Amino acid sequence: MKTKELLFKPVFENNPIALQILGICSALAVTSSLRVTIVMCIAVILVTAFSNFFVSIVRNHVPSSIRIIVQMTIIASLVILVDQVLKAVAYDTSKQLSVFVGLIITNCIVMGRAEAFAMKNPPIPSLLDGIGNGLGYSFLLLILAFVRELFGSGKLFGIEILPLATEGGWYVSNGMLLLPPSAFFLIGLFIWAVRSFHKEQVEDNEFVIAPNTQGKEAH
Amino acid sequence: MSNESIQKTFTVAFLLCIVCSVVVSTAAVMLKPSQVANKAKDFKINVLKAGGLYDKGIGSGKSIEEMFEQVSIKLVDLDSGQFTDGDPAVYDQRKASKDPNQSEVLSKDEDLAKISRRENISKVYIVNEGDELKKVILPIKGYGLWSTLYGFISLESDLNTVSGLTFYEHAETPGLGGEIDNPSWKALWPGKQVYADDGSVALTVIKGKLSPSTPNPESKIDGLSGATLTTKGVDNLVKFWMGSMGYAKFLENLKAGEV
Repeated sequence: MKTKELLFKPVFENNPIALQILGICSALAVTSSLRVTIVMCIAVILVTAFSNFFVSIVRNHVPSSIRIIVQMTIIASLVILVDQVLKAVAYDTSKQLSVFVGLIITNCIVMGRAEAFAMKNPPIPSLLDGIGNGLGYSFLLLILAFVRELFGSGKLFGIEILPLATEGGWYVSNGMLLLPPSAFFLIGLFIWAVRSFHKEQVEDNEFVIAPNTQGKEAH
Repeated sequence: MSNESIQKTFTVAFLLCIVCSVVVSTAAVMLKPSQVANKAKDFKINVLKAGGLYDKGIGSGKSIEEMFEQVSIKLVDLDSGQFTDGDPAVYDQRKASKDPNQSEVLSKDEDLAKISRRENISKVYIVNEGDELKKVILPIKGYGLWSTLYGFISLESDLNTVSGLTFYEHAETPGLGGEIDNPSWKALWPGKQVYADDGSVALTVIKGKLSPSTPNPESKIDGLSGATLTTKGVDNLVKFWMGSMGYAKFLENLKAGEV
């Protein structure tokens, strides 16, 4: 596969969140402000890229009975590394991200790509695939964070854009956007929008719903 | 050797563990100094913020270290309300509050802040200007809705007027309970009176907003809407730490000049 395809297909056509519905949990949790979201995105891109890379390097020597454990060990080590570096260089942000950096370990995208792609492909394409999927994740997260921070607290990157009514401005903020469920609604709307343009992404029904039948009266 | 043999499985698992643990532990050891420095700096910033010294200091272009020079750290025995000996630099208050030898169990009636144990010795931060006492910054903590809130409250030299309040560690709901970090809410605290005339703690976080008919508005703070339990937690912890189990005795002694 070509570099371009590996890198950008996951961003628009095969978005890990919008199409594969992976990594929703952290998308809900960290998107209430843009600054935090960007750090989270960088962390996830690094982890998916390098976990794919290292998993791919050892892929021919991994016994299939312990392959998930091997992937987890590699991913967990990388995540701890990222967490440690953040605590050392960006303490404030790491405080805001708190447990969510650690939870990258359980981000389904990382493991999904390691298992689905890196176990079957050479290191360089795997690295690119990891970056691509990280970008796809980041793309959606940034959209969410933009909407949530702008309309939830009237700010972007902590800089006031819409003056809040509580501080003497005119904009009454939508407090719900600061709560995790709002990201859930926004993702839903986004998936709807994407699938209206890319009709092929709409999944077939898994079963046909039976027509409404008249129940018999009990005797 | 086949990939699926038991020998190979063990070899791969063993080697992987060695490599990963070396990488992780190297990173942890190498980054430790700057992490500790960051944490200490963050702590100092919060002490300064509670004392209302941070913005002023930043405005005049001072570093955190320079600003912190005006603050002296002392250890206080909470039962006697006197300074005690010991090196504040090595005293770990968080650890002491869990150590049975350095803390006491609170009865249900006493335990307003829901912390179950209270350390016997607490750090206090004192800001002097020349020989004159300017501000006292006291560490406080207590349970909110989801988490223990850790913060500071600072008092003016009359030891009754609040000069600031800040929390440096909590895990309340962002946008609701997390609004305890909101500067405009924190700005409600300076100037409020902690004690009533009879010496009881009057400072209260009420439900809703202050209205002109609220009695004793000089000791009342607006509650945060949508965060009743966090607000209640803040109210309780302020009552606890300003009361007789907390710093009341120390403040009395300090006022009388008997420490």
